[in-house]
Amino acid sequence: MRFRIGVLAGLVAVLTAGCTLAGDNAEDGASTVTLVTHDSFAAPQQVLDAFEQQTGITINVVKQGDAGALTNTLVLTKANPIGDVAFGVDSTFASRALSEGVFAPYTSPEADRGPQRYAVDSEHRLSAVDLGDVCVNIDAGWFAEHGLPEPVTYDDLADPRYRDLLVVENPATSSPGLAFLLGTVARYGEQGWQDYWTRLKDNGVRVSAGWEEAYGQDFSGSSGQGPRPIVVSYASSPAAEIGDDGKPRTKALLDTCYRQVEYAGVLAGSPNADKAGKVVDFLLSQQFQATVPDNMYVYPARAGVALPQTWTVAAPLPPDPASLPADVVQAGRERWIEQWRSSLGQ
Amino acid sequence: MALLARPVSRTGLGLAALAVLPLGFLVVFFAWPVGAILRLGFVDGGVVAALAEGETWRLAWFTVAQAAGSTLVAVLAGMPVAFVLARVRLPGVAVVRTLLLVPFVLPTVVVGLAFRALWPDGGWLSIVLANAFFNVAVVGRTVSGLWALLDSRAEDAARALGASRWRAFRTVTLPALMPAVTSAAAVVFLFCATSFGVVLILGGARYRTLETEIYLRTENLLDLTGAAALSLVQIAAVLGALVLGAAARRRREGALRLRSRRETAHRPSGGEWTVVGAAVVVLGLLLTPIAALLLRSVSTPDGWSLDGYRALSGTGNDGTLQVSGWEAAMNSLRTATDATVLAMIIGVSASVLLVALRRSPGRLARGVGESMDAALMLPLGVSAVTVGFGYLITLDALPGDLRTSPLLVPLAQALVVIPLVVRTVLPVVRSIDDRLRQAAATLGASPARVWREIDVPLTSRAVVAAAGFGYVVALGEFGATSFLARPQSPTLPVAIASLIARPGQLNSQMAYAACALLMLVTAAAVIVIDRLAAGRVGEF
Repeated sequence: MRFRIGVLAGLVAVLTAGCTLAGDNAEDGASTVTLVTHDSFAAPQQVLDAFEQQTGITINVVKQGDAGALTNTLVLTKANPIGDVAFGVDSTFASRALSEGVFAPYTSPEADRGPQRYAVDSEHRLSAVDLGDVCVNIDAGWFAEHGLPEPVTYDDLADPRYRDLLVVENPATSSPGLAFLLGTVARYGEQGWQDYWTRLKDNGVRVSAGWEEAYGQDFSGSSGQGPRPIVVSYASSPAAEIGDDGKPRTKALLDTCYRQVEYAGVLAGSPNADKAGKVVDFLLSQQFQATVPDNMYVYPARAGVALPQTWTVAAPLPPDPASLPADVVQAGRERWIEQWRSSLGQ
Repeated sequence: MALLARPVSRTGLGLAALAVLPLGFLVVFFAWPVGAILRLGFVDGGVVAALAEGETWRLAWFTVAQAAGSTLVAVLAGMPVAFVLARVRLPGVAVVRTLLLVPFVLPTVVVGLAFRALWPDGGWLSIVLANAFFNVAVVGRTVSGLWALLDSRAEDAARALGASRWRAFRTVTLPALMPAVTSAAAVVFLFCATSFGVVLILGGARYRTLETEIYLRTENLLDLTGAAALSLVQIAAVLGALVLGAAARRRREGALRLRSRRETAHRPSGGEWTVVGAAVVVLGLLLTPIAALLLRSVSTPDGWSLDGYRALSGTGNDGTLQVSGWEAAMNSLRTATDATVLAMIIGVSASVLLVALRRSPGRLARGVGESMDAALMLPLGVSAVTVGFGYLITLDALPGDLRTSPLLVPLAQALVVIPLVVRTVLPVVRSIDDRLRQAAATLGASPARVWREIDVPLTSRAVVAAAGFGYVVALGEFGATSFLARPQSPTLPVAIASLIARPGQLNSQMAYAACALLMLVTAAAVIVIDRLAAGRVGEF
C-alpha cells in the first residue's frame, strides 16, 4: 500500500511540476457539455460562442479519429462515456453503435425540419446532421486537353478508353474508399461487384492507402498535380478546386455517388442528458447547418439551408445517390473488405 | 528487498526508491492499459484460432523482415556519420549534428508523401528506405555519444603494431562500440517494426505489417480478438529482438576507458576521408526529401509563393484548425518540454537502477534488471492504437478521468522517449570503470562527491544528448499524440496531418510551410541543447 501511495505521490509531483498544459483543462463546469466527434469536425468560433451566449452551455470538443475510430471509442467507453453527446457516427457504422446501446433516445424538435428523412432508428437515438456523399471526381481540363469524352458511369471506369486513369482508396484503410466499395456493391449486387472490381483491376486501377495520397498526390486536378485524372473523393471536393476564373477545375460524377449520412446523438449514461440534447438541437439548427458546407465539406441534412454560391455551381447535392441500409453494411462490411483484398490480389 | 538477495541495506532502499517511479509509470500508463485491451480480446476466445491463421504469420514475417532491413540500412548509413560526429574536427560538424535530427520529427504522412513523389512505385524498398531515413539519426547520435568518449590509444597502438586502419577498427574500436551499436539497432528495429504511416502510405494496399493490421482491426473493425492475437505476435517479436540485442550487448560488455572528445577528435587523414565522403553521401540522401518538402512549401501551380508561410498565422481554409500554425508550434514546444522532463527523470533513474542491479552480486537481482530493461523498451514495440484504446478503457479509474485530459499527451510521449533515454544513458553509465569510483572512495571522497566527480562528468554528455534526442522525438511523436491531442491544442505534426487531410490549395501550402516551421523549431531546439552540453561538459 505504501508503495502505491509512493507511486501516486511521485506521479502527481512530476505532473504538477512538469506540466504547463494543466491550465487549459476546461471540464467539469455544470454548464459544459463534452461533444465527442471525429477529426473532420470544424465549426466557426462565432457560432459556438453564440450558442454559449443563448444557452449558457459551453461545448468542449473531443476528437477521436475518423468515423470508425469514433464509433469504436464510443462502444469501448459506453460504461463510462468520455462525453455527453457524439457527432460523426455515419451510416456505415450506425448499426454497430445502435446495437451496442451507445446512444439514448432523444427526439430533437428540429428533427422534423428535414433530418428525419435520413432517420436510421425507430427509437430516435440518432439524428441526421449532414450528408457526405462520396463520388468519383474527374479533372475536366485533362479530358478537354486529351480530347477524350468525360466518363459518366461506373461502367465507363472499366472501359479500356480510360485505362490507367483511375485512382481509388483502399477500403480497408480509408473511409471514402469503403464508401466507393459499398457503392459498387449497391450498384452491382452481392453477385456482381467482385467481377466489376476485376474489370477495374484489368483496366489499371491504382489503389492508394488514403484520401491524402489519392486526391492530394495521384489526382491531376488537385494542387498535387498528379498523373491520374479520375479519383474517388467527395461530391463537395470540386467546391475547393475553383480556378482564378471562378470556374471549378474538377467535377463529381453524379452517377457514381454513395450517400453517407452523419449522425449525432445523446450518449447513454451522460449525466448531462438534457443539456446534451440542447447540443443536438444546436447541430440541427439553421445557424449550425449553414456552416457545414464551408467547414466540413458536407451537405446540411436540414431542408431549406442554402448552399454557398460556389457549391451550387461546382458541387450540387447528388440527386440520386446509392446507399445501403445500415444493418446490411454492418453485416457485410468485413467480409466485403476481405473479398475485395483477395480479388485485387492484395 | 528479497529480490536483491541480501539483507536490507541503505543501497537496497535507495534502489527501491529509484525503482518506484519508472515501474509505477510503466505499470499505470502502459502495462495496465495494454493488458486491459488485450483482455477484452481474449474474452470471447478465438485468439488461438486467429493465431493459427497463415495470414498472421505472413504479416509477422513481413514486419520483421522490413524492420530488419530498415535497421541494417540505418546502421550502415549511420556508422560513417557517427564517426564524423565523434572523431572528426572539421568545420560544419556541429551543423551535421543538428541537421541529422531534422528527419526524425517530420510527420510520417509528409515523409511518406515525399518518398512517394520521388519514387511512385518503390514498393517494399521504399518502405525500407523511408524507415531508415527516419532512423539514421538514432544510430549516428547514439554511437557517436560513446565513440567520442572512447580512448583512441588502443586503436593507435594497434596501428603502430602494423594493423591496417580497417583491421584496427574491426578488432579494437568496433567491439568497444558494440554496446552503443546494438542499443541503437534495438531502438531502430522497434521503431521500424511499429512504423505505421510510412508502411500505410508507401505500401498502398499491397504491403501490410502487424502494426497496420492491428490498427485496422482495432480502429476500424473493432475486431479486438484479431487485434489481440496480432498484438501478442508483435510483443513476442519485439521481445525476441530485445533478447537478441541484450545477448549481443552482454558478450561485448566491459568497462571502457572514457576520454573527452577534445582529446580524441582530429582532422581526418588518408583513408578516413573515404569515411567522411560516405557520411557526406548519406547526409545528401537525407537532405533530398527535406529539400523536396521545402521546395513544395514555396511552389504553387501558379509559380513561387510564400502564401503557405503567411497562412501559418491563420487556421487554414475555413477553420481547418482551431488554432493558428504558430500556436500549434508553441503547443509542440510546451508538450515536448513536459514529456522530456518527465522522461529524463524516469529514464535516468531507471538507467542508474539497471546498472546497479547489473553490478549486484545476486543472480536474481541481475535477472530482475534484465527483465526491467526489456519492459522499459516494450512501449516502443507496442502499437500506439493499442495503448490509446487501452487508455480509453482504463484511465477513467484514476482520479480526474485522464482519458480526455491534455495531460495525457506528454505522458504518452514520455512513454516513447524513456526507452531512448535509457538506451543513450545506460551504455555510458555502464561503461564507467567502477575502479574509478573505488579509487575516489579510497582517497576519502564521500559517495556524493564520487557521484559528482566521477559519474556526473562522465555521463553528463550522454544525459544531455539523451535530453536533446528525447525532446526531438517528443516534438515529432505522432501515433499516440494524434490519438490523444485535443483540437484546442494540437501539436505541429497533428496540425500538419489535419491540413493535408483537407482539400484546397491553401491547406496544402500551409501544411508544407508548417513542416518547414517544424524543421526550424527542431533545429533550434537541438542547437540550444547541444550548446548546453558543450558548455557543461567541455571542461572535464
